[in-house]
Amino acid sequence: MTLQTAMSTTGVAPSGADRVSRREPSAVLRMSEAEAAEIGGDPDDPGDDELVLLNMGPSHPSTHGVLRLMLELSGETVLRSKPVIGYLHTGMEKTGENLTYLQGGTNVTRMDYASPLFNELAFSLATERLLGIEVPERATWIRMLMCELNRVSSHLLFMATNGMDLGAVSMMIYGWREREEVLRFFEKVTGLRMNHNYIRPGGVAADLPADWRTDVARLIELIEPRLEEYDTLLTGQPIWRERLQGVGVISVAEALALGATGPILRGAGMAWDLRRDEPYLFYDQVDFDVIVGTHGDCYDRYAIRLNEIRESLRIVAQIIEAMPSGDYRVQDKKVTPPPRSRIDASMEALIHHFKIFTEGFKVPPGEAYAAVESPRGELGVYLVSDGTSVPYRVHVRAPSFINLQTLPHLMQNGLIADGVAIISSVDPIMGEVDR
Amino acid sequence: MTERYGAPVGDGRPSRGQAVIHPSPSQWLDVAAAARADGFDQLVDLTAVDYLTYGADRSLPEGVQPERFEVVASLMSHARLERLRMRVQVSADDPALPTLFDLWPGSESLEREVYDMFGIAFEGHPDLSRILMPEDWPGNPLRKDYDSGRIPVQFKAASNVR
Repeated sequence: MTLQTAMSTTGVAPSGADRVSRREPSAVLRMSEAEAAEIGGDPDDPGDDELVLLNMGPSHPSTHGVLRLMLELSGETVLRSKPVIGYLHTGMEKTGENLTYLQGGTNVTRMDYASPLFNELAFSLATERLLGIEVPERATWIRMLMCELNRVSSHLLFMATNGMDLGAVSMMIYGWREREEVLRFFEKVTGLRMNHNYIRPGGVAADLPADWRTDVARLIELIEPRLEEYDTLLTGQPIWRERLQGVGVISVAEALALGATGPILRGAGMAWDLRRDEPYLFYDQVDFDVIVGTHGDCYDRYAIRLNEIRESLRIVAQIIEAMPSGDYRVQDKKVTPPPRSRIDASMEALIHHFKIFTEGFKVPPGEAYAAVESPRGELGVYLVSDGTSVPYRVHVRAPSFINLQTLPHLMQNGLIADGVAIISSVDPIMGEVDR
Repeated sequence: MTERYGAPVGDGRPSRGQAVIHPSPSQWLDVAAAARADGFDQLVDLTAVDYLTYGADRSLPEGVQPERFEVVASLMSHARLERLRMRVQVSADDPALPTLFDLWPGSESLEREVYDMFGIAFEGHPDLSRILMPEDWPGNPLRKDYDSGRIPVQFKAASNVR
């Protein structure tokens, strides 16, 4: 309610209002494509006081995939806008209703492709909640290690694309370079650079390689000084500050009202992080800070992500010390297939293995929601089970999908060029938005 | 039977101990407003489930009439670190509910997605239109009677020449 009143006071009352139907003072351009097409048929050369409708995307370098924005412009100023999505929609939630709980990970991991392990984690936590099983301690620590490294790689990707969008092309190269080092470790552990299907209901797919401590220590040693270089390159640089400070401002009340989570909410000044406030895994046993902004602008969101890389590396360093020995998956015959060595020796083990991978395991009826703090905000999975080995309903609360609602409010009364900085600072992953 | 904001509280067992209330469609807006006033400052999630082919027991509390559709809204109170899930039954004959937009503007795209995928209308929504599927798409993909293999086969009139 506060948001609406705020919008109606700052809302524009442009001239030529009768040209566009359903005009109300709001940041969101609530207009169908058909309506927009009708108006778009007007001559290209509008008079001084006329408004222009412009499509930005779906294939535009700054739109991070296939995001399309319908912009209502007065000169170079954005009055209202509407994100048009669905270009990557392949019905992944529907697909999830046809895959067993063990196969489900391969599906959800492809949603937020920049941080696939978080999708797998949320899906596994929801399944485990329905099953009522506890995973072994080592499996939980491995999950934390992999997720924090994934947060690092995801934020490095943000640093790269954010730099690219604003013309800091060297930052793009550096961001991708460091991210690749993290992905190389993922490849060693999971076999794949992305879409790992590594975190599974009951634990993880495989134990860490013997020399993982050396690899992870090397990663920390490599990335930490590079973050200092980013600071030199961008953080204090006047051009960078000019482009980001005071651009795309949002308040805590607005962010909460629009359902925004993650760096957008923290950037506005609210210290809210599920890792600290609703601890899952063993986040209550590690020491880290929740990074908070004050102005809620693009610069705060940039700085938060940069410093969250530091915090994640801090957590990773603690995990190296804390990692216990033990099982990497639960020893519950119902959920876990027998070890490979047993299959050659025992007929029963072979049958058991075959049944788990063809039929899957049955999950008692019920419904459960599990949420994790992904690099983009609260990533939740809502599962409904009807007692079979296939979920009855898989719903993913994708943070990018909901964060995208803030775009029209961030962009209102700004310039198109600032719009590029704003899209970048929201950091939407379209695979997750469209699912 | 325990109640919260005038709505029956769900049995913890099927929901694995998570807090769930079951308002009726006519209570939906009032219960949501009461929850909003009680500190649930964010609508975290809103989705729907089509129970058309559900084989197991629904385990709804006494007095809640099961219907084909269920709209599920997850709320968060940041001050109390508390989550609450509201599950409302929506009949297949008239799949409609009042919108939560006036309480939490963030429900806008979530309700559009439910409208797109399940065909449930939200009365009073400022822009009730398809969000993921094309504007002229027929049918609602996440309904259970919408088969996942239902892509029209091209050239099916062609005779087999071999």
